[in-house]
Amino acid sequence: MVNLNEVIETNKMVEEQTLDVRTITIGISLLECIDSDLDAVNKKVYDRITTVAKDLDKVAKEIERDYGIPIVNRRISVTPIALIGGAACKCPEDFVTLAHTLDKAAAQVGANLIGGYSALVSKGMTTADEMLIRSIPQALCETERVCSSVNLASTKTGINMDAVRLMGDILLQVADRSKDRDSVDCMKLVVFCNAPDDNPFMAGAFHGVTEADAIINVGVSGPGVVKKALESVRGESFEVLCETIKKTAFKVTRVGQLVAQEASKRLGIPFGIIDLSLAPTPAIGDSVADILCEIGLEYAGAPGTTAALAMLNDQVKKGGVMASSYVGGLSGAFIPVSEDQGMINSVEAGAITLEKLEAMTCVCSVGLDMIAIPGDTPATTISGMIADEMALGMVNQKTTAARLIPVIGKGVGDTVEFGGLFGYAPIMPVNKFSCADFINREGRIPAPIHSFKN
Amino acid sequence: MEDKVIITVVGKDTVGIIARICTYLADKGVNVLDITQTIVQGFFNMMMIVDINDSKCSFGELQSALEKLGEEIGVQVKAQKEAIFDEMHRI
Repeated sequence: MVNLNEVIETNKMVEEQTLDVRTITIGISLLECIDSDLDAVNKKVYDRITTVAKDLDKVAKEIERDYGIPIVNRRISVTPIALIGGAACKCPEDFVTLAHTLDKAAAQVGANLIGGYSALVSKGMTTADEMLIRSIPQALCETERVCSSVNLASTKTGINMDAVRLMGDILLQVADRSKDRDSVDCMKLVVFCNAPDDNPFMAGAFHGVTEADAIINVGVSGPGVVKKALESVRGESFEVLCETIKKTAFKVTRVGQLVAQEASKRLGIPFGIIDLSLAPTPAIGDSVADILCEIGLEYAGAPGTTAALAMLNDQVKKGGVMASSYVGGLSGAFIPVSEDQGMINSVEAGAITLEKLEAMTCVCSVGLDMIAIPGDTPATTISGMIADEMALGMVNQKTTAARLIPVIGKGVGDTVEFGGLFGYAPIMPVNKFSCADFINREGRIPAPIHSFKN
Repeated sequence: MEDKVIITVVGKDTVGIIARICTYLADKGVNVLDITQTIVQGFFNMMMIVDINDSKCSFGELQSALEKLGEEIGVQVKAQKEAIFDEMHRI
């Protein structure tokens, strides 16, 4: 039977250490909505989403009430729209109508964000893929809740450099369209290498074609809980440190597991995975960088940061896999700059650079995430940064991503305010030397030798 | 239905906290299975495990009524289903 100390511990995690379930994400397959008539696709997509997810908000509120655990976001991920709209869309503007439909459907069911305005082009782009990518600036600018992702590379296929080059340009177009709002729409666009099919986190969530009709994926959070737990083992050995992180990750993940099972039961949709990421927010104490400091760094970015992060990431996974039979998605520590007050402090102190962040992405999930860069950064340089991230993921057989925000009209020394959960970000300097001749080569980078395992 | 509910009370110690909460629970047909309480640095911490299967009100009603009662007494009262604690602290 539960005892008083356990009850107090759990409630303190929620009340003082910002433990929450970051998102319940319903993955919905839209494959059945494919039609050669554009109006018909739009109608089918709207009907399908608003039917499957109609109780999402209600059920999330019930679970919050029953267990006293906040569920911050309700989200939807759908089959990559390039596949769904391919038969009907004849131009990028046709794809934009689908973005509007997704936006309306998400609003109707009370979902904060809807992901899957996506294309999977790790080896080559179909005509539909390219039209969808070219429609992204307009789609993101004209909608509120739609998130877009493009998978540009994988360990099995190599890096599609034509798509990498295109995305540098597209990202600048997205930035330009929202330049009066600090290029904020770039937050809704992410590019991947080895994108997971079951990621519940935005902006990169989509419902992979290997998935069932509908599925519940849950993302937990809890940097604040890990930080608090580590305060009690200051100066102890690595063994004690690792044990503490594992136990805490176990507890946090169990909350996600319970919420996922309940959501699955109450919505009548099968449970998919728990994503056991440490996802920070700008709230004080809810920071992955603060955990690194607690481990013993003056600032995140100091020498030793990559090692500390590698250890943290690994222990979170080891604790988490014990707590749930199905873990998936990104599952690791997120190191966004703007959403993490500790990271912002590091940037402002000059402790962390883009190059160090890139090194850190070798040992944790995601990649260069929520990083504001000068608005006058050339498209080829952005593509170069993306290509570097893709190469890290490809060679290390892991997911990597880039969510960069070139802020039009601003430069190093300025800050941008994204609001709410997204926080603010100081603009980081980018290496000024050109990679244009490299990026302008056509074709793709072949898959690495160690991908040939057959 | 076999959901047990954990009621926690946290706040400044004062006379009659348990009495008032138990009176309310008895009135609603809620059966108290276990009570633990402790005082930490002048703060009253109490946990009750209750069975609401024969209760005259729903879990939601019980939860908001207890919250209101807590405000009257000047303590924080929460009701949560037991599973969250079981899941987190038991393998």
